[in-house]
Amino acid sequence: MRNRIDKKTRGEATMSRFPDGQPDRRQFLKTTGLLTGWVAAGSSLALIAPAPARAWAIDLAALTSAEGATLMAAARTIAPHDKLEDAAYALVVRAIDAEAAKDERIRKVVRAGAAGLGNDFAKTDESARVAALKKIEASEFFQTVRLKTLQVLYATPMAYAYFGYEGEAFSRGGYLSRGFNDLRWLPEVPLEDSGPVPS
Amino acid sequence: MAAIDFKDESAVVIVGSGAGGGTLAHELTRRGIKVVLLEAGKRQSLDSFSQVPGEAFTQLTWLDPRTQSGDWGVARDFPTLPVWHCKTVGGTTVHWTASAPRLRPWELRARTTYGNLAGASLIDWPIAYDELEKYYKIAELRMGVTRRNDMPGLPASNNFKVMYAGAKKLGYKQVHTGHMAINSVISDGRGYCIQQGFCVQGCKMGAKWSTLYTEIPDAESTGNLDLRIESAATRIEHDREGRVNAVVYRDGEGKEQRQKARLVCVAGNAIETARLLLLSESARYPHGLANSSDQVGRNYCHQITGFVWGIFDKPIYSWRGATLAGVVEDEVVNNPERGFVGGYRIELLALDLPTLPLVGLPYGWGRDFASILDNYRNLAGLFINGEDLPRPENRITLNSNVKDAFGLPVANVHVDEHANDRAMRKHAQGQMSKMYEAIGAKRVVLGPVPPATHNLCTARMSADPRDGVTNAWGQTHDVKNLFISDGSVLSTPGAANPTLTIVALALRQADYISQQMKAGEL
Repeated sequence: MRNRIDKKTRGEATMSRFPDGQPDRRQFLKTTGLLTGWVAAGSSLALIAPAPARAWAIDLAALTSAEGATLMAAARTIAPHDKLEDAAYALVVRAIDAEAAKDERIRKVVRAGAAGLGNDFAKTDESARVAALKKIEASEFFQTVRLKTLQVLYATPMAYAYFGYEGEAFSRGGYLSRGFNDLRWLPEVPLEDSGPVPS
Repeated sequence: MAAIDFKDESAVVIVGSGAGGGTLAHELTRRGIKVVLLEAGKRQSLDSFSQVPGEAFTQLTWLDPRTQSGDWGVARDFPTLPVWHCKTVGGTTVHWTASAPRLRPWELRARTTYGNLAGASLIDWPIAYDELEKYYKIAELRMGVTRRNDMPGLPASNNFKVMYAGAKKLGYKQVHTGHMAINSVISDGRGYCIQQGFCVQGCKMGAKWSTLYTEIPDAESTGNLDLRIESAATRIEHDREGRVNAVVYRDGEGKEQRQKARLVCVAGNAIETARLLLLSESARYPHGLANSSDQVGRNYCHQITGFVWGIFDKPIYSWRGATLAGVVEDEVVNNPERGFVGGYRIELLALDLPTLPLVGLPYGWGRDFASILDNYRNLAGLFINGEDLPRPENRITLNSNVKDAFGLPVANVHVDEHANDRAMRKHAQGQMSKMYEAIGAKRVVLGPVPPATHNLCTARMSADPRDGVTNAWGQTHDVKNLFISDGSVLSTPGAANPTLTIVALALRQADYISQQMKAGEL
């Protein structure tokens, strides 16, 4: 039998190890803002964070701390998961900040949008935040923040732990022996309509 | 691997290395024919496939700009991404979910079976089913399709158990883990499926058939293949007699190259295939190559799709297991009493995070939207795959207002849905909702229509040259030595996921081309 997956096929990677879009931090020595927080004991993040690291901090290159706090509140209003750590939402802000640092136009859109929501946005209650965002739902600012929230928040290790998502499985031998067919609250499927589990 | 000279006029040039182009390249090279295979993307490998969903998407997807118009939901929900296919060696066979069913005999006679429907441009295929079936059998062996030949079915995943129970409650009979081009046992020098659930990110096991690690290395080992990566075809040229004789392309440095050709086969996925023909206009062919019928780019079909999610009160872990390994085939019938013509398949589906909220859920935000994600563990998923109707105005055109990196007009994708399309989707969503409700779903969520992954019919085969672009072998009606070798040639889409049919037609085309070459006709 030929071995299809020979060294040549496996080795010919051409993808860059450094995907585009990583801002060069040296260009932004003047950090303008900082987001900080604490990890609650027993939270999903505490489960995956290195043991002594209970505090987190994200420095912002293009946005101020106040703008960062507004965006973080907007992200939580868009995707409200009460027990999901602030740190996960902070990663959304970091991603928006990175785009704003790269692109002057985006920066203007984000800063004007945050200013439009006002300094107290993060402190108001959820119904007021929802009403404020509804008013600007069609704006580029809102759509940018919504898209980034979905792209980044639901891809964080914190979200994976929170939602129970186990992610890629190749490195652990797939789900073949890790529960792909462990559902027991419905009848089993007859063999003629499925197939044998390889072993 | 062969190094074929730019001026070598004996070479066959194939544009695109996916299901059609990759298979054709293998078939021709193993018969001793020299092939230059142009692929716009880079070459990945099992090792290099990213396991981060967002990165994998960027790594594999055709992301060059396109525009779109029309009333289909994709234009509203995914304005910058009308279609989702690959730009990489192996093409869309790298990210496909490997469902490999056959078309039904009556689907090849769509015009006869469905009648003359207003607002549709149906035709019958110029191929009899028996003829296609011969090649289906070869393709199924080649690709290792489950539940065919000696390849056992895939085992039932949790997500499939939910689907199966619901389908049986509704009285469906033809429910199984599908005809999948995924090894269920070690075969063809490739391992078996370990139920990773990462089919769309590129199968790191190589259990799923892809030309990247089957047909293309086989073609390379003949010594007759010159695969050129990062080589984007921009124009096909012709001689004074109107026969094509060269393909112009941009290499990885953006430098223009010109490869002489005895014969050209275009397999760039239905969008880019149509665009390349339209871009190749000349004084002799003012409306583009092979377009005297004005049919290039028209009759664009993408199949009826859409997600249905069921939320239960117990865990399912739908992401564990082969993404699409499950099907209900009872609705693949033509029964106008349902309120529409044509059939549809109910297929299993799961989406990773963050793809579920980005692509799988209806637009939204706030508490209700988030509550669906809160139930991710308890979510089961289904997908519709049905036949849409061809319409002359659903078409690929050149949009001169938007240019690609080389300054060439991009493709515009226009789709106005036919009433039949909407009626079929509504029926399918209704049946799928009933399946989940019958076994106690707390809530059913109807997802949007995602960017089209099955791009078809834009250079269709037709018996009458006025109705299409190619004859029954994918040879263009206008230019004898120009062939179309991808899903563009399907005369109508049918309800079957199209890759098996594309491979079968490529195998058949290879037979024809080599016979015609031997006979001195090409």
